[in-house]
Amino acid sequence: GINAEYGVLADTVAPHGYTVPLDLGSRGSCQIGGNLATHAGGLRVLRYGQLRASVLGMRVVLPDGGVLDSMSHMRKDNTGYDLKQLFIGSEGTLGVITDVSLLLPQQPSSVNVAMFGCSSFEKVIQTYRLARQTMGEVVSACEFLDETCMRAVNDNLSLPSPFPDRHPFYFLVETSGSNQDHDMEKLEGYVARVFEEGGADDGVLATSKDQAAKLMALRENIAPALKQLGYNYKYDVSLPIKHMYSLVEKVVERAGESVVAVGYGHLGDNNLHLNVVTPSYSTELLALIEPYVYEEVARLRGSISAEHGLGLKKANYLRYSKDEGVISHMRMIKRLFDPNGILNPYKLLPWK
Amino acid sequence: MASLRVLVGCKRVIDYAVKIRVRPDALGVVTDGVKHSMNPFDENAIEEAVRMKQKKLVKEIVVASCGPTQSQETIRTALAMGADRGIHVEVPKGTEESLQPLAVAKIFAKLVEKEKPDVVILGKQAIDDDSNQTTQLLAGILNWPQGTMASVVEHSDGKLKITREVDGGLEDISVNLPAVISADLRLNEPRYATLPNIMKAKKKKIEKMSPEDLGVDVSPRIKVLKVVDPPVREAGDKVPDVATLMSKLKEKGHI
Repeated sequence: GINAEYGVLADTVAPHGYTVPLDLGSRGSCQIGGNLATHAGGLRVLRYGQLRASVLGMRVVLPDGGVLDSMSHMRKDNTGYDLKQLFIGSEGTLGVITDVSLLLPQQPSSVNVAMFGCSSFEKVIQTYRLARQTMGEVVSACEFLDETCMRAVNDNLSLPSPFPDRHPFYFLVETSGSNQDHDMEKLEGYVARVFEEGGADDGVLATSKDQAAKLMALRENIAPALKQLGYNYKYDVSLPIKHMYSLVEKVVERAGESVVAVGYGHLGDNNLHLNVVTPSYSTELLALIEPYVYEEVARLRGSISAEHGLGLKKANYLRYSKDEGVISHMRMIKRLFDPNGILNPYKLLPWK
Repeated sequence: MASLRVLVGCKRVIDYAVKIRVRPDALGVVTDGVKHSMNPFDENAIEEAVRMKQKKLVKEIVVASCGPTQSQETIRTALAMGADRGIHVEVPKGTEESLQPLAVAKIFAKLVEKEKPDVVILGKQAIDDDSNQTTQLLAGILNWPQGTMASVVEHSDGKLKITREVDGGLEDISVNLPAVISADLRLNEPRYATLPNIMKAKKKKIEKMSPEDLGVDVSPRIKVLKVVDPPVREAGDKVPDVATLMSKLKEKGHI
């Protein structure tokens, strides 16, 4: 099989009228095999579901040198245990994915991007819920960021805010459909209600692809912009939507005024990216943040890793999201496929 | 002061970021189902007019567009950016491709007669035909001074000081009003259409008319014979030394 990089994959399928059901900031350099092994998330989970939902078939090379051939192009195949799903998100600990058959959605011909400035996180939730209600069938991405993130992108990367004023929060919504007139009508109805109901203080609508790309760039470049401010402690968690931003506020309370804590992320997936930024790394600060963040997430029955996976850094925190019974069955599966432990030791499963 | 009236032109074109494809009949490019937006240079034109209004130099901005029904969306975008009212000179769908700069210039000349603006601002060129002619033709028909490829426009005492981007660099000129200007990309950074303004723009007036109403004959004077993709770039040859280079150049008849 061929390892196609995302960018290449998208270009190969676009002339046929298809798009890749996965879109993320590293699109220019990531590889599909890696995306599958880490079960990457990204901007379009809201619309196309998680990546595993688009996998029709796969071939995996096992640690004993054998090949697990689950290659198929069928959309529906309910025959026995769906073993290929084990390898998606296994982070290279069970086998090496060598081929995949992906279900591709139609390339939408009408894409619109709007951004709103909101005075509180509650208003962000209100504006987001209205989008789902009034144009849910064409919504393809719902993201949010706070003012510190916007400032960082404006100042450090020279990407200007589209608004004349500053706002505590920003909400970005993208629609993808097949009929520009219909989608515009839906969008205009939605926008009218947003302002009628006071969900936002200002908003902009991209009127060209260039403007749409610029608005998305504000969200997609937050991580590089924050990197320029110092050392980033990064957390990627799933939380009930009403608690998403309160975690950021709690961390600020705990860590004190010398730190900058920001929240942004895939609002529509209830996935918060929490970054704590300091001039330099400190073990004292780390002790204040961890395991506090994981304890809070566990208390709220969220996930300590919504999409980024566990790898080395979070393997020992798995217990905050999965109970011992589940973890012991994971170990059994690991022993079944990789009894000699040759694939990616110390990753994913707790070793402390 | 707020005494000047401005007429701005805008055109609905295929979005600049779209990958265009030649039509099977090789007489144009595929437009069906393809994303369209306001011509980027026209965004600069509207932005300049709005800035002049914010500086209280301009009293009213009228935006006009010649095209099919969907051109109204482009006019609405201009209204959302800050224009006061719109004029849509409508042509039947499918005929917009044959609407050439001379016809558009004649239409705008009639609109100038009607609206009596002090300044007309157009985009330097449309990204579909890249003609860069309408401004100049209009100035000629009206016998007005022109400031084309403008990257800076300043107003003082009934004159406009314009910096033009030309091949050799920058040229400063001064024109008396009334005048026609064409906007270049570096003139300004066009604003986003804010949603509250998009809502307000729905209530702004767009007057509709046809070229016939203005007494203008829009039949094309230029016929498109063929549209083809540019040739695929071929790989070059690497040669080991100057002697081989010379013989290859001779071989290919370049020297």
